Amino acid sequence: MVDSTAAARGRGRRVGSPPVIDWTNRTPSPLSRDDELQVYYWMRLTRTFDERMVAMWKQGRGLGGAFSERGHEAIAVGVGFALRPDDVVAPMHRDLGCYLVRGMAPARIFGNLLGRVTGVTRGRDANLHGLGDLSLGIIGFVSHLPMSMPVALGAAMAFQMRREPRAALTFVGDGGSSTGAWHETLNMAAVYRAPFVLVVENNQYAYSTPLDEQMAVADIATRAAGYGIPDVVVDGNDVEAVLVATGEALERARSGRGPTLIEAKTMRMLGHAIHDGAEYVPPDLLVEWQERDPVAAYAQRLRNRGVEESVLRAIDERANDEIAAAVAEAEAAPFPDPSEVGRGVYAP
Amino acid sequence: MNQTETFGYAAPEAAAPGRELTFLEAIREGLWEEMARDAAVCIIGEDVGGEFGGAFKVTHGLAAEFGDARVRNTPLSELSFVGMATGMALMGLRPVIEMQFADFISSAFDSIVQYAATNHYRWGAPVPWVIRAPSDGGISSGPFHSQNPEAWFVHTPGLKVVSPATPADAKGLLISAIRDPNPVIYFEPKPLYRSVRGVVPEGEHVVPIGEAAVVRRGDDLSIITYGAQVREAVTAAESMARDGIAAEVLDLRTLKPLDWDAVARTVDRTGKVLIVHSANRLLGIGAEIAAEIAERCFDMLDAPPVRLGGLDTPIPFSPPLEQAYRPAAAKIEAAARSLAAY
Ligand SMILES: Cc1ncc(C[n+]2csc(CCOP(=O)(O)OP(=O)(O)O)c2C)c(N)n1
Ligand SMILES: [Mg+2]
Repeated sequence: MVDSTAAARGRGRRVGSPPVIDWTNRTPSPLSRDDELQVYYWMRLTRTFDERMVAMWKQGRGLGGAFSERGHEAIAVGVGFALRPDDVVAPMHRDLGCYLVRGMAPARIFGNLLGRVTGVTRGRDANLHGLGDLSLGIIGFVSHLPMSMPVALGAAMAFQMRREPRAALTFVGDGGSSTGAWHETLNMAAVYRAPFVLVVENNQYAYSTPLDEQMAVADIATRAAGYGIPDVVVDGNDVEAVLVATGEALERARSGRGPTLIEAKTMRMLGHAIHDGAEYVPPDLLVEWQERDPVAAYAQRLRNRGVEESVLRAIDERANDEIAAAVAEAEAAPFPDPSEVGRGVYAP
Repeated sequence: MNQTETFGYAAPEAAAPGRELTFLEAIREGLWEEMARDAAVCIIGEDVGGEFGGAFKVTHGLAAEFGDARVRNTPLSELSFVGMATGMALMGLRPVIEMQFADFISSAFDSIVQYAATNHYRWGAPVPWVIRAPSDGGISSGPFHSQNPEAWFVHTPGLKVVSPATPADAKGLLISAIRDPNPVIYFEPKPLYRSVRGVVPEGEHVVPIGEAAVVRRGDDLSIITYGAQVREAVTAAESMARDGIAAEVLDLRTLKPLDWDAVARTVDRTGKVLIVHSANRLLGIGAEIAAEIAERCFDMLDAPPVRLGGLDTPIPFSPPLEQAYRPAAAKIEAAARSLAAY
């Protein structure tokens, strides 16, 4: 029995001894070769987007804040890949990959980041906030954490009421898990046996606050039992593990067996947002997790499964080209006209 | 006073034949007809379901008629069941949320003002839900069962806010609120539930959001009010009429978007304005109305606008204290008489 009190652990507790990924022999693969390459493409596209965004903001070509999802690619892409087109997802600010997999064009997201009229919110909402598009089954993000949780539950309740075999999924961070709405939503999801899946992205920090100043349990997932909800803890840097666990939870949900909580353990590899140097994070922690980088690790796994280097390189090139084109398109797009300011407060 | 029996004057447009319903019955009838008309309309809230039918019995009978899936009890989770309604609305449902008392709406604040109210502006998806909030006091319900928090929501872009004063408007505005593609907060003054009867037209009866109603004509001064204070204002006006003072009473009915043309018309007719509401006066709806009148109608005024509202205190329980807190017919009459004499 692990002593999980905060006092026993001391400040800056880490996600202890992360499950060791067997990068070499994951056989049989849960995916077809074609799907493996698609998953790699989405991870690479996400990483390339993220790196380009960080570089632009450092060059002063950005607007306002920006959240890097470096380290979260396996969670966002794994979940995005597990969802079916008619499921609904409410991603949060570290889930760029999920938006991309759902089909949101990179140029629309860059347009949003840059406040352009071509952005998803036409200049109304900032960075990854408000990237909702119901035609893609995406509910937009609002800053107040974790307000996507009850809203995603509501989508699940609509499916249940109409007896549609669909599920709603949303994400929350370790930080968001300390709010009242987190608890209210999980309780209601359990009471209603809603087709609802919650993915907790435990990246060990809420802004500058480490886990042991946020909670006195070792796994956020243990709280699920308090509501009568099954929980799964997965390595959030292993895209296939995330994908499989999410797929199973979604299937449970769609077939009327109720909600699931998935806790994906990872590490936020850059600051909270672009302005934050994250000096409060112990450097060796980052070194440790850098070795488990989800994108590099997946490339290595595919090499070990016999994928030719040239195939991976071609995907990398394609991601580079697509992101370069998206940035060019967004930067060339106009800002909204000031006369737009009052439009759309109300639905007609 | 026999207002309990006769109040519920027919608004000018409500000339169709009808029956007398209580305020509460009119709300229930509106819910019933909308649920029958549209399978997307559903009800959530504390104790609304099953045989019980809500703390005030407004939803009584609806679960038996429309099934438990459409009239669903929630745990005590205001923040999240309003958020849940937003998700339901995004997926095409038309949830009507019952707050057990308007006072508890503060527990749902983020879901209302941060999420639902901003959604259409931010990414274009409508959020068609209604919150029914039993509001107001005067019946010794104490600080946490008597509140009128409408100003918070009028201050929030993206919301609509209505507050009926008669059974006919209670039904007609509720139907409009349910059909509106935006989040609407519907404040139903609970002191009116069973104390007011009025004619409600037969058949489909829809009262548009955004239209005030002149409920009593007069040329000497205007009393602009809404909700439970309409009854008080009419009582005051009837009393003054015996002395030859003709007060016009304008029932705003919708607080957002407010019917500024109707406000300007009554100011133009009388030149003297008394604004009354149960909510506390400080930064209440009356403050905005007085400011707008000063800006738009200065030339029409024969006297400074006067406001009457609750005090800047919590709402007290004991009758002498609550009466000291709250506007009522006698206070309205006193203020109106001195305004008429100005
Ligand atoms: C209710 C609320 N309080 C404060 C904030 C400001 N804030 C934005 S992100 C954040 C930390 C969130 O941490 P976590 O949930 O772990 O997500 P992460 O950023 O680590 O992915 C804070 C405090 C907020 N968005 N919402
Ligand atoms: Mg975190």
